[in-house]
Amino acid sequence: MTRHIISILMENESGALSRVAGLFSARGYNIESLTVAPTEDSSLSRMTIVTTGSDEIIEQIKKQLNKLIDVVKLIDLTEAGHIERELALIKLRADNANDRDELKRLSDIFRGHIVDVTPESYVVELTGTGGKIDGFLEALGDRCVIEVVRSGTSGIGRGDRSLDL
Amino acid sequence: MELSGGEILIQFLKDEGVEYVFGYPGGSVLHIYDALYGQDELKHILVRHEQAATHAADGYARATGKPGVVLVTSGPGATNAVTGIATAFMDSIPMVVITGQVPTPVIGSDAFQEVDAIGITRPCVKHNFLVKDISKLADTLKKAFHIASSGRPGPVVVDIPKDVTDPMVKIPYSYPKTVEMRSYNPVTKGHGIQLKRAADLILSAKRPMIYSGGGVVLSNAAAELRDFTRLLGYPITQTLMGLGAYPASDKQNVGMLGMHGTYEANMAMHECDVLIAIGARFDDRVTGKLAEFCPTARIVHIDIDPASISKNVKVDVPIVGDVKLVLTELNKLLTESSSKPDETAKTKWWAQIDEWRGKRCLEYDRQTDVIKPQFVIETLSRLTGDVDTYVTSDVGQHQMWAAQYYDFDEPRRWINSGGLGTMGFGLPSAMGVQLAYPDATVACVTGEGSIQMCIQEMSTCKQYGLPIKIINLNNRYLGMVRQWQEFTYEERYSMSYMEALPDFQKLTEAYGHVGMKIEKRSDVEGALKEALALKDRLVFLDFITDRTENVYPMVEAGKAHHEMRMPADRELA
Repeated sequence: MTRHIISILMENESGALSRVAGLFSARGYNIESLTVAPTEDSSLSRMTIVTTGSDEIIEQIKKQLNKLIDVVKLIDLTEAGHIERELALIKLRADNANDRDELKRLSDIFRGHIVDVTPESYVVELTGTGGKIDGFLEALGDRCVIEVVRSGTSGIGRGDRSLDL
Repeated sequence: MELSGGEILIQFLKDEGVEYVFGYPGGSVLHIYDALYGQDELKHILVRHEQAATHAADGYARATGKPGVVLVTSGPGATNAVTGIATAFMDSIPMVVITGQVPTPVIGSDAFQEVDAIGITRPCVKHNFLVKDISKLADTLKKAFHIASSGRPGPVVVDIPKDVTDPMVKIPYSYPKTVEMRSYNPVTKGHGIQLKRAADLILSAKRPMIYSGGGVVLSNAAAELRDFTRLLGYPITQTLMGLGAYPASDKQNVGMLGMHGTYEANMAMHECDVLIAIGARFDDRVTGKLAEFCPTARIVHIDIDPASISKNVKVDVPIVGDVKLVLTELNKLLTESSSKPDETAKTKWWAQIDEWRGKRCLEYDRQTDVIKPQFVIETLSRLTGDVDTYVTSDVGQHQMWAAQYYDFDEPRRWINSGGLGTMGFGLPSAMGVQLAYPDATVACVTGEGSIQMCIQEMSTCKQYGLPIKIINLNNRYLGMVRQWQEFTYEERYSMSYMEALPDFQKLTEAYGHVGMKIEKRSDVEGALKEALALKDRLVFLDFITDRTENVYPMVEAGKAHHEMRMPADRELA
């Protein structure tokens, strides 16, 4: 079982997302995260899917995705050099001076930004790999975390490796 | 030419060369039905249930190779069509299904007869479209036909809200002759290097086996398959979907393979050293236990769908492409090659196969006066062998007997629901075939369980004068269920028989057709002859058959090819 990041360019049609989501549920494939948004070309959407499976399963996933009529192009980012990023917004309980100082320090260490401050709470914005965000959450422990929202992974190939028409 | 949406649809279908539309009117498609009125170029067949519309269009498509066309209303019209859409999807049959939809302003409001047809059909179509704008109607329809009939064919649904077909809104129309899609360009030509590798492997075989499927029929490659098989002199087995692509009566044919395949076909699969899979998808009913599937074989797989390759069984030489084009190339390579098949090995292999054939696995009791279902099919095959005959079937024991005992020598003559296994398919699909070929003999082999799932279509047959011959193998049991219960549930026959069966003869007569009831073996041939002679009448032949006959051989679920249950096993037990 290995983790793969699959990026696809799809026709920006209504229902395109449900075709992909439906494919994964109908065929019982794992799906760790899925993100989708329009690209610089408004007729296309770009979707990033993080999935795990054996080599055979991953091969099938790619073939089945390619078979969807709306899919224009697909790459498996994890096959070569790539950058992956996830955005997290984390609301923390910060209602005393000690906690406030410690949370600020921890956030700095992970290169997070505090983007909302109230007398009771902080919201930290953190970008990085999924692993880095996991690390930050682990360092926080669960005592002060009120809410976590993660964007799911986006990715792009390094150098001249790109997904375009 | 300025046309309304309804008129565009009808004009488009004519321009596309569509002969028949199978459908049923309703609120959301009334504008379309109004546009259909008063013209006779495009013929509409009014079925009695929307499931039958899809099966009839499916039968038409299987027999002719042209996409079947269906027109149904929103809501229940669409949901009733789903079984037929899924049936076509599983067997890769080209079909375009037009579903009406509630007007765009009320979509999502739980309007009368509203369902999310796009959402419901999404997992069982090749693609589907919701047309919200009349200006996109013609192009979308063109795409639908293109997608349905190219690459690996399949059903495409086009959902059209009622306001899009409003007779008051007209726009200029011209038939879109071409279609361009950046996201859909199926590969049809095989890769040169792979072809060469395949040819080498094929020629190096000592115990070769050709395993061909429905893809050969879909790609109209029967002639190429025959050349290929005869050129090599190798044994060939065909899947349920592939029957007829290679002549059943030819000596190189070893019969169907899989769960109810012949002893020789399954044993040869188990022992072969090179397997050549052509337009077949390694379905579980074909492979049996995957871990012991063709244990000593290296495998060549030709298929137009890359996702079919190495899905269930890992293959050594994959070739993605249209079977017809690939076989043409391969035949050329094989003819030009300096190496030839190993004749000594081949002779030895055929001797082994002939020994397996000696088991006569399709033998059955020919002495008894009870009507054996196999005998009915054999007799039908013999009586219709020299005329243009199409056989459709429903699903169950009768389907397997038809596949085993009818000699299909040409492609597109055997029409059945292989992948989905849809009971109720037989009669409506026969309607589609009979409409496509009015002069041909069309027999629907069915059972008393299956026929009742779409029996209302006898009324449609009356309306359009379709002289189908319904061969009902009536054993008063849901036979295939009963067989599994005998084998694996210690004869606990849970819900596998029906009480209160109708008098089929009277029922048929009530629909205005000819009904016959046959209870003795000695009457079988006479009844069939009589029915076949009634060229312009539908005849329902109710054969009262042996109640507990089983389909043999049988590779039970989870078993390997060489572990077949044979008829003798039952007598010994």
